[in-house]
Amino acid sequence: MTYDHQALAWVLFSVFIAVTLAITTWVSRRRHGSAEEFYAGGRLFSPMENGFAIAGDYMSAASFLGISGLIALFGYDGLLYSVGFLVAWLVVLFLVAELVRNCGRFTLADVVAARMRERPVRMAAGAASVTVSVLYLVAQMVGAGSLVALLLGGTGQQARTWMVIGVGALMVVYVAFGGMRATTWIQIVKAVLLMGGAIALTVLVLLRFHGDFNVLLNTAAERSGHGRDFLAPGLKYGEDWISRLDFISLGIALVLGTAGLPHILSRFYTVPTARSARRSVVWSIGLIGGFYLMTIVLGFGAAAVLGSDAVRTSNTAGNTAVPLLALDLGGGAGSTGGTVLFAVVAAVAFATILAVVAGITLASSASVAHDLYASLRRPRGTAQDAQRAEVTVARIAAVAVGAVAIGLALLAQDLNVAFLVGLAFAVAASANLPVLLYTLFWRRFTTRGAVWSVYGGLLPSITLVALSPVVSGSRESLFPGMDFAFFPLDNPGVVSIPLGFLMGWLGTVLSPEAADEARHAETEVRALTGAGAA
Amino acid sequence: MDKQDGRSAFESGGVRLDDPWYDALASGWGELDGAAEAAAEWGGGQTPRAVPAPEDERSSPHDEIYLAVQRSAAFQEVRRRYRRFVLPGTAVFLAWYLAYVIAATAAPGLMSHRVAGALNVAMLVGLGQFATTFLLTWAYARHARLRRDSAALDIRWETQELTGGNVR
Repeated sequence: MTYDHQALAWVLFSVFIAVTLAITTWVSRRRHGSAEEFYAGGRLFSPMENGFAIAGDYMSAASFLGISGLIALFGYDGLLYSVGFLVAWLVVLFLVAELVRNCGRFTLADVVAARMRERPVRMAAGAASVTVSVLYLVAQMVGAGSLVALLLGGTGQQARTWMVIGVGALMVVYVAFGGMRATTWIQIVKAVLLMGGAIALTVLVLLRFHGDFNVLLNTAAERSGHGRDFLAPGLKYGEDWISRLDFISLGIALVLGTAGLPHILSRFYTVPTARSARRSVVWSIGLIGGFYLMTIVLGFGAAAVLGSDAVRTSNTAGNTAVPLLALDLGGGAGSTGGTVLFAVVAAVAFATILAVVAGITLASSASVAHDLYASLRRPRGTAQDAQRAEVTVARIAAVAVGAVAIGLALLAQDLNVAFLVGLAFAVAASANLPVLLYTLFWRRFTTRGAVWSVYGGLLPSITLVALSPVVSGSRESLFPGMDFAFFPLDNPGVVSIPLGFLMGWLGTVLSPEAADEARHAETEVRALTGAGAA
Repeated sequence: MDKQDGRSAFESGGVRLDDPWYDALASGWGELDGAAEAAAEWGGGQTPRAVPAPEDERSSPHDEIYLAVQRSAAFQEVRRRYRRFVLPGTAVFLAWYLAYVIAATAAPGLMSHRVAGALNVAMLVGLGQFATTFLLTWAYARHARLRRDSAALDIRWETQELTGGNVR
């Protein structure tokens, strides 16, 4: 990668940062500090805008670079990720989006607290949301550090450290000053850039193979060094039964986790009605589905054009497959076309990381201020004063969460990014999804059930990871020198998700008090009709 | 919507005119001068007759209204339509996805069976997952728009009139 690439990439980055900072300033000029505005952007986004923003929130660098890289290296097994990430949206569309839009105000805890005792439920759901967000945030920032430093040439430790700090500082600025409105606009800009970049590259790949997908696949199989096996499952997850079970666990976590991600849930509050929440999910399914179809072409394209070995030489995890592909498609190293395409892909990757990180920071600061802080303090003054105070706390929380994430990301710099993302999904599916579904669909669900199901999913998933080979016992572990790995799987989902559901049921059955009929009626009527929704 | 807001609006019987739904509510607008009357008026026989006097703090007219709406035939119908689409739909796509993941890991022989050219069973099933996702999305959106939306909106209006919760 020559000096030209990096110079042009830096120029494009700077343009993106300037544009997003301009958006943030423009948005915060007219703010009045209401919670509605800070957490939900005033609830005035259109379904199309919100659909783009959801897609922007969801399509992280792990999808764009990670999945195409996995396909380029492992062929079909990488494609399993694309499928899982997309099918998850049916859970969101069918069971969650509309009902949550009607029931909640800003966070997951709002939905649960609508029919339970407020304080214990808010504490539990708030703690779970913050945990999931911070895990996801660390994953993105670790990725940002290694990726951007790699793309820009400086692969040294210092370059990565400064990248992580830079990304963290920028996201705090977006969130603390712009709130949901700025974050949403940044997501929209990013989604458009990402789709544009992916479409351009896909068209170029297909042109290279004269539009013949069959030839593309055959060439990819040939140049991968695996032959026919490359197009069938088993290269990455076929070794033994443990790795197969691990994959099933990951698959379940991916599909059930999306509906429990706090930054996705908070997106449904930015539109005025449940109907527009539904339409924004339909938009985002279209965008996300189209995008993942393109990552398949890009992944196999990278294998066919570059060959798997060339991809692996550049980055063992395959993260640089797409930038390298862009360089080749544009005319090769040294050509103007190659330089421009490479720089565009690098800039899009950077924009992606920044935007996703800003979205998660906003969601976690909402959980801290709206759930944890609000349930601990004593109410004082008028409702409006309290709201203003809460928004101030949320802005401070954004700074604090940002600082924590920067610190953890610096500590975890050598961890595998895909594992961290999978873990965040598993925790979200174990701690957040059971309580959400029980609240919306189970008449007898009680406060104790809610609290038990959150902690019953959260604690096992975290504990199992601590006892897994990821943390100790193998050469790639966090602590390679120690061995306390009693749990064989990398991803805890297959155990911890059922536990979350089981504990919710058990807590309810063992409750001394029965569920509150009237508040259940109110939740149900409100969920399905929107009566009384904000 | 804060309950506090709803309660105070209910007591004063006031409805703000800058409500974006005002047009939809234009018919029958003037009759709203008390929740009990509106409750008796709404929906003829299937709906709550009157609102009992509050016994304690929690058992307010507010709660009674939601319980009554929940038991009303109109609401039961909306809920039934929603569940009859969503529960089987969820079961189908989860089963289809799990079958796919398990087959990919447990039956690689079957999955690598070639169908046409470079396409094998695994590839077709994978693309099939994309296709079914798009198809189910379309079917759900259509079902909700045609079979649920207007009925749900009606109930929303009637409920909000009863609770006096027309403030945003």
